[in-house]
Amino acid sequence: MSVFNQSRSRVIRLIFLITFVVIIAQLFYLQVVSGKFSQLADDNAILRKTIYPPRGLVLDRNKQAILNNTLTYDLMVTPSQAKGIDTTFFCRLMEIDTAEFHKRIINAILRNKSFRPSVFEASLPPQKYARIQENLWRFQNGFYIQERPIRSYPFDAAANIVGYIGEVDSNYLKKNVDGGYQSGDYAGMTGLEASYEKALMGERGIQVLIKDNFNRIQGSYENGGMDKEAVAGNNLYTSLDIELQKFGEKLMTNKVGSIVAIDPKTGGIIAMVSSPTYDPGELTGTERRKNFSKLYTDPRLPLLNRAVNASYSPGSTFKTLQALVGLHEGVITTNTTFSCSGAFYGCGSSNAMKCLDPGTYFLKTGITHSCNTYFANVMQRVINNPKFPSQDSSLRSWDNFMYAFGLGHRLGVDVPTEQKGNIPTPEDFNKIYGAGRWGFCTYRSVSIGQGEVSVTPLQVANEMAYIANKGWYFIPHIVDSIDGGDKFGLLDKYKKKIVPIELSDSIFEAVHDGMQGVMESGTGRGSKVPGITICGKTGTVENYFRGVKQPNHSFFCAFAPRENPTIAIMCVVENSGRFGGTYAAPIVSLMIEKYINDTIDTKRIALAERMEKISLIPPLMLQKLRTKDSLQKVKEVEKELRIELKNMQDTLHSEDNVTEAEIKAGNTKEKKLPKENPDTKRDKKDLILPGDQRKQTLNKKDTVRR
Amino acid sequence: MNQRNPAISKGIDWSLAGIYVLLVGIGLTAIFAATYKEGDSVIQSFLKFRTDYSKQFYFFIIGTVIGFFILLTDSKFFSATANLGYVLGIFLLLMVFPFHSRIKGTESIIKLGSFNFQPAEFCKIFVALALAKYLSRQETDFSKSRSQLIAAGITLLPAVLAILQSETGLALVYFSFFIVMYREGLPSVILLVGFAIAALIVATIVIAPNSLAIILTIIAACIIYMLRRQIKRRHRILTSIIFLWLLCVGVQRFAVPYIFKNILQKHQVERIYDLFGKDNPYLKKGESETVEETKKKLESGSSYNVRQSKIAIGSGGIFGKGMLKATQTRYDFVPEQRTDFIFCTVGEGFGFTGSMVLLGLYLILLFRIVTVAERQRSTFSRCYAYGVAAVFFFHISN
Repeated sequence: MSVFNQSRSRVIRLIFLITFVVIIAQLFYLQVVSGKFSQLADDNAILRKTIYPPRGLVLDRNKQAILNNTLTYDLMVTPSQAKGIDTTFFCRLMEIDTAEFHKRIINAILRNKSFRPSVFEASLPPQKYARIQENLWRFQNGFYIQERPIRSYPFDAAANIVGYIGEVDSNYLKKNVDGGYQSGDYAGMTGLEASYEKALMGERGIQVLIKDNFNRIQGSYENGGMDKEAVAGNNLYTSLDIELQKFGEKLMTNKVGSIVAIDPKTGGIIAMVSSPTYDPGELTGTERRKNFSKLYTDPRLPLLNRAVNASYSPGSTFKTLQALVGLHEGVITTNTTFSCSGAFYGCGSSNAMKCLDPGTYFLKTGITHSCNTYFANVMQRVINNPKFPSQDSSLRSWDNFMYAFGLGHRLGVDVPTEQKGNIPTPEDFNKIYGAGRWGFCTYRSVSIGQGEVSVTPLQVANEMAYIANKGWYFIPHIVDSIDGGDKFGLLDKYKKKIVPIELSDSIFEAVHDGMQGVMESGTGRGSKVPGITICGKTGTVENYFRGVKQPNHSFFCAFAPRENPTIAIMCVVENSGRFGGTYAAPIVSLMIEKYINDTIDTKRIALAERMEKISLIPPLMLQKLRTKDSLQKVKEVEKELRIELKNMQDTLHSEDNVTEAEIKAGNTKEKKLPKENPDTKRDKKDLILPGDQRKQTLNKKDTVRR
Repeated sequence: MNQRNPAISKGIDWSLAGIYVLLVGIGLTAIFAATYKEGDSVIQSFLKFRTDYSKQFYFFIIGTVIGFFILLTDSKFFSATANLGYVLGIFLLLMVFPFHSRIKGTESIIKLGSFNFQPAEFCKIFVALALAKYLSRQETDFSKSRSQLIAAGITLLPAVLAILQSETGLALVYFSFFIVMYREGLPSVILLVGFAIAALIVATIVIAPNSLAIILTIIAACIIYMLRRQIKRRHRILTSIIFLWLLCVGVQRFAVPYIFKNILQKHQVERIYDLFGKDNPYLKKGESETVEETKKKLESGSSYNVRQSKIAIGSGGIFGKGMLKATQTRYDFVPEQRTDFIFCTVGEGFGFTGSMVLLGLYLILLFRIVTVAERQRSTFSRCYAYGVAAVFFFHISN
């Protein structure tokens, strides 16, 4: 038997062998062939923790930080270790009741399990922080305080310039694949935060950590050999004068519009006010979401940087440029006179462009008194110059002058969302009227800065710098230099002096004469600043919203002093009514005075206060604000009614239907209110773009402005 | 054991002992790697019997001492006490029912102070001895089916008890004793049929019911085609093939689902499916898992164990991550890794190469035991040796 069975030992060995081969084959597949497991293992055990460096600061020209980093403190709890503390005492410190305490602990456990820390209270207010910090030892292990860096704005100003940071979304990630962002990161969304993101963000560090099966950190991987240190973001040195910026924002209180002030010698922006503005601190911290939606839905559009992202017809401020072109082309001299008997009849007597002060004007007095007829004649001569073979070529030549003056294209300022503005081209007119079916008289209102032409406040300020410098400018910019060098070449374009065309100094002198006259005896004479020679130009811009004429925009642009200018500035007050000299000019004069003299003369303080107090919110926006408020009210009323209805239904089952019908009837009455204003949610372009109004003014009787 | 050299030292198969010591060494290293945390004082914990590896070391020493005593004892002693031992083993297994303490889902452990005692594990030795004793009896004629049935009963009784203690894994160990019986003359047909049934059940679990039915049909058709000449002569072959086919499909389509659904407990079915890395399809509609439940199961359930151990072994690569550098096993991703899943430590730390070495050692051990067994003169010794080999084999291949 034993002998017979001996062969079976071989069978058994064979079975053993086969089994082992199967196991080894499986192992071979797991360990050698299939590579996914080591990746899975890494995902399991290795945590690549990003170390966020502090973002760079933004400093003004006096090296004061206008954008800073501070720490906020979160109280963290590890529920499993928070047992056995003096809950009553703790609750007294935190100003909560025990029910709330237990609710938060349970929430923490639900969110993060009991052995991992979660936020108990975010962003502790300073007093609470101090109280807790003092007594923290009583709650050791269970509670600790975690610092979290946030952005702070020591001056609460320049919100639209510095911008804000926000959590990156999927679109941002798609656009910035090489940026090394991951969801949950913060990045600059607007303003300098966005345009200098590369410099501000610094270099992220990586800490490679090992975690266990509960995601608890066990230590660093390979003793930190694979870690990378974070490098702090670079500081930005700007040309902003934060005091002037604040002053400008104060002057623009309750007005819609903007101020842009440029140092003509460097192109550095000294102040850029967009009004209404907001407290930049609102967009940090825990209330961010709520505040953002509040700002976003505000009809006055506080999040819009009007200095670059709004464009208007330039109005009479445009006349200075026409004088430059006319003199350069030789169609006029400083002694050329045109008379205005009440209107410009160069295009026939019907629909004649009126002027306010009939009389005879030289170039200087034409600028000083902002004579429409004078500049209509100048442009007519430029366009109808016999040296041009056609209307197309003459307009194109004029366009090139405008482009040279920095209009009709983006200047390239270092805050995002800059607009181009518009300079009408022959192609535009061909499209509208058909080739050869238009001429100067079709667009004659362009000569006085109305109609098809539109500019941004920044472009006007830059144009002032150009005139002040007598023929050159630097691209306006806010950041002068970057701490640690401009590694990404962000500032290169701001270092090049731009001399677009050669105009002789005498031409500029003539225009300067006219602009000085504006302040001494012309439309801006009310805004003289004792001791400073200002050259300025007013503008009163007619505008329309959906064909309905709105109150005029008040424009003023200037540079000062005339000799060796240090500031080129412009101000627009949207839909203020009245004239450029009424609101914008005083504001500009105050800004100039503050910048050059550092203080406001005691005699002019009253003016500053008057300007600050006056409220000039455009009527359309006021209406919308009211609608929004009443909508809010309607919603509240509806909510109350609904609660009431529910209560009624709870108690009065028998009268269910009747009650409901009644409430509904009541409801509809309330709802009618918003329906009367169908354009509650208009998009922002309607508000500020002259797109509509351009067509409106085209065939309209051109009226007077000064 | 080698009868020609009565001296004890020469009776030892040194290569076997060497392999044994080597394997214990690897085991110790693996446990050490799995449980060691930075900063532990190795010597202190070794002396204080606190850590798993020090425990294992002391067990090794105790084992060696016991081994010495066994060497000194006459083999007839074991033969004489085998039945007594078996009775004791069964008794201990029965004692579990009133005295067990529930640890980690099994009900098979008796707690004696700080010492956990699992009779089902101990019983293997007694069963091996008792089986050897029964087979070596003069009056046993193993070619008779009656004795075969008795032998099967001896092995399967503790298996049934183990199942009742929800220790399915341990129960399966006892099936390995069929290898011993096979060596002693159990007809090959039984082994073949056993394998076939096992293969069919595994196939049922792994392959989708319909495709398996199709596969079975194709196999049947092929066999009929190949045997068409014989079938022409004897129609009985055709009938039996069709009968077998029907049986297989029946088992696959109805019997297995019926057992899984109605006879076995839900967690048992789940465990069986986890063994193959699949989800249990026999959940009733009402209790079909929600997404969260599935996720929870992934995180904590038994399929998590299998998944994590696969990840651990798989991430070892060819040469492994090196001692104490294995992330998965060191940071407790693999549960119970110091015991049931200890192989993961080797797989991750030393990679395919290390695993090969370990498996190679075990294979040599098995072959060596078989060789030694064949050298034995007494059937009892041979059977016992085969029993040991079988148990080892089962544990390894599991």
